[in-house]
Amino acid sequence: MEKPVLEAINIGKYFNDPVTVKVLKDVSFAVRPGEFVSITGKSGCGKSTLLYILSTMDTDYEGDLLLNGTVLRGKTEAELAHIRNAHIGFVFQFHYLLPEFSALKNVMLPGLKLAKYSDEEVEHRAMNSLNKLEIGQLALKKANQLSGGEKQRVAIARALINDPLIIMGDEPTGNLDKKNSDIVFELFRRLCAEMGQTLLIVTHDQSFADNTDRIIEMEDGRIIQQ
Amino acid sequence: MATFRLIAGISKSLLLARFRQSLVAAIGVTFSITMFITLLGFMNGLNDLLDGLVLNRTAHVRLYNDIKPNPSQPVYRSEAFASGYNVIRSLKSSSSRAELYNSQPILDAIRHDPRVLGVAPKLNAAVLYNSGTIDITGVVSGIDILAESNLFHFSDYVPEGEPLDLRNVSNSLILGKGVAEKLLVQMGDIVQVTTSKGDRLSLKVVGIFQSGIADFDKVQSYASIATVQKLLGKSNNYITDIQIKLHDLNQAPAIARAYRQQFGCDAEDIQTANSQFETGSFVRTLISYVVGITLLIVAGFGIYNILNMMIYEKMDTIAILKATGFSGRDVRNIFLGIALSIGIAGGVMGLVFGLGLSLLIDQIPFNTAALPTITTYPVNYNPAFYIIGIVFALITTFLAGLFPARKASKIDPVIIIRGK
Repeated sequence: MEKPVLEAINIGKYFNDPVTVKVLKDVSFAVRPGEFVSITGKSGCGKSTLLYILSTMDTDYEGDLLLNGTVLRGKTEAELAHIRNAHIGFVFQFHYLLPEFSALKNVMLPGLKLAKYSDEEVEHRAMNSLNKLEIGQLALKKANQLSGGEKQRVAIARALINDPLIIMGDEPTGNLDKKNSDIVFELFRRLCAEMGQTLLIVTHDQSFADNTDRIIEMEDGRIIQQ
Repeated sequence: MATFRLIAGISKSLLLARFRQSLVAAIGVTFSITMFITLLGFMNGLNDLLDGLVLNRTAHVRLYNDIKPNPSQPVYRSEAFASGYNVIRSLKSSSSRAELYNSQPILDAIRHDPRVLGVAPKLNAAVLYNSGTIDITGVVSGIDILAESNLFHFSDYVPEGEPLDLRNVSNSLILGKGVAEKLLVQMGDIVQVTTSKGDRLSLKVVGIFQSGIADFDKVQSYASIATVQKLLGKSNNYITDIQIKLHDLNQAPAIARAYRQQFGCDAEDIQTANSQFETGSFVRTLISYVVGITLLIVAGFGIYNILNMMIYEKMDTIAILKATGFSGRDVRNIFLGIALSIGIAGGVMGLVFGLGLSLLIDQIPFNTAALPTITTYPVNYNPAFYIIGIVFALITTFLAGLFPARKASKIDPVIIIRGK
């Protein structure tokens, strides 16, 4: 069996405010390379909480998390930032582009930070990526001049810039209409099929989830089916 | 290096996105640095002027013979009384000569001392100025006009006439302004002076002297050394004072002590003679620094506020930067970059405006009877103020930026992103 890209072992998480509540209970699963996985469940079941732990941004958890075989526990804030930069791409429900920059620059920023390629190379790759997502003509527009669907596609291009091991999405279609949702879903599908991109998407959109390779269903902080 | 450029680029974009706020913050810094530079330049210009009023004209070390009782009284010499403690009543100062013995060898020795910048010999004669029926008491000092001008800025205090005429015109006199007004004489007039011994001499007025200290100008006049020697009926090596200017003013007490022993006369150093002036200058400088730094701290609070506001507005940006792999340190540097850009831009503008304002003040007419050679407000352009100004601007803006920037670096992106 192939080595999992992402592996969660007995993840547990408490919220302490106002009273201590255990919101994740012994969550264990693995994502294999090239898989398109969705996590579904009702509001408050802990799926977003789980995603932020998996994303390395939330470090206050029990259990162990392995990214490409590396244990993430005990890493410093700067090391985790580097891991996010190099290996994890994010797409959020709200686009979260930086309004001060053009679409192209938004895509380039994580690439410039990683500095694996020269600035020109990063720009070239970002442009390619935008073209592939059919929004190349919007490259020089400011982020706040784009429509919701366009913004989300720019955000996907940004997630792809450093060739991440895995792309994580938190309700990436949650804020989009049916037409744009379909476009975004088709994009994910294509990335998975054409480039073997691993994807892990949190969604409560059942039709979205039904079309993915595997559904992890959660309830009350536990995985009830995967 | 690439990271630095990236961070600087992001700082710049955020700064330009909030250009007006940033500009207001920078103007705050500009204003405080401008005032800091102007205040210090003006205050120190004034200090230099006031110090110059006395210190420039005062010898660092002065050699003279003080009027005092002879230290070697007969009773001390008698062996019969050597064992006892002798008290002498009604002791009078002896009529020892005011003349400095061996003045020429002493002058030569001092001129060869490497610590000495220059020497000006001098002698004083108490006189009466005669004009019609009135006699006014006064003092005529015999001076070496060249040495006096070079070392003690004598020419600066002669608003009328040519000081060098003192040497070129025989039997000439530079009259104190107060004396000239009382005697109703002008340039080119003849003044009769009488010494305490009754000798009389007619002297031609070649200049009017104005020291800025009115009481002084009412009694003091200057003539050449030879003229005063003639007035007193003394030989041409008779002098009563030797004024010495040193390279380093702080050595004055030690050198005065050494000369006192070496030459057997009295020696007074400038620190003993004018200790209060240092204190005045120090306090004025201190006040200007305190005011300047207070202004800078106020400007610092302005920067602090604006950065804090910017951070609240840019929560999403910070969160996304962190989510996409920028560390807390990077985020901190971005906001520090903004603060320092404001500080540098505001500070440099402040230096320029400060210099401009100083130049402007330097042009404002300032005429006072006490200071004949001063026509505009005095300003000091010491580069040290400019360096201190920009350094303080950078330190203040750095500190004002550091706290908001640290706060930004600690923002938890999960809370921001999930909070939507």
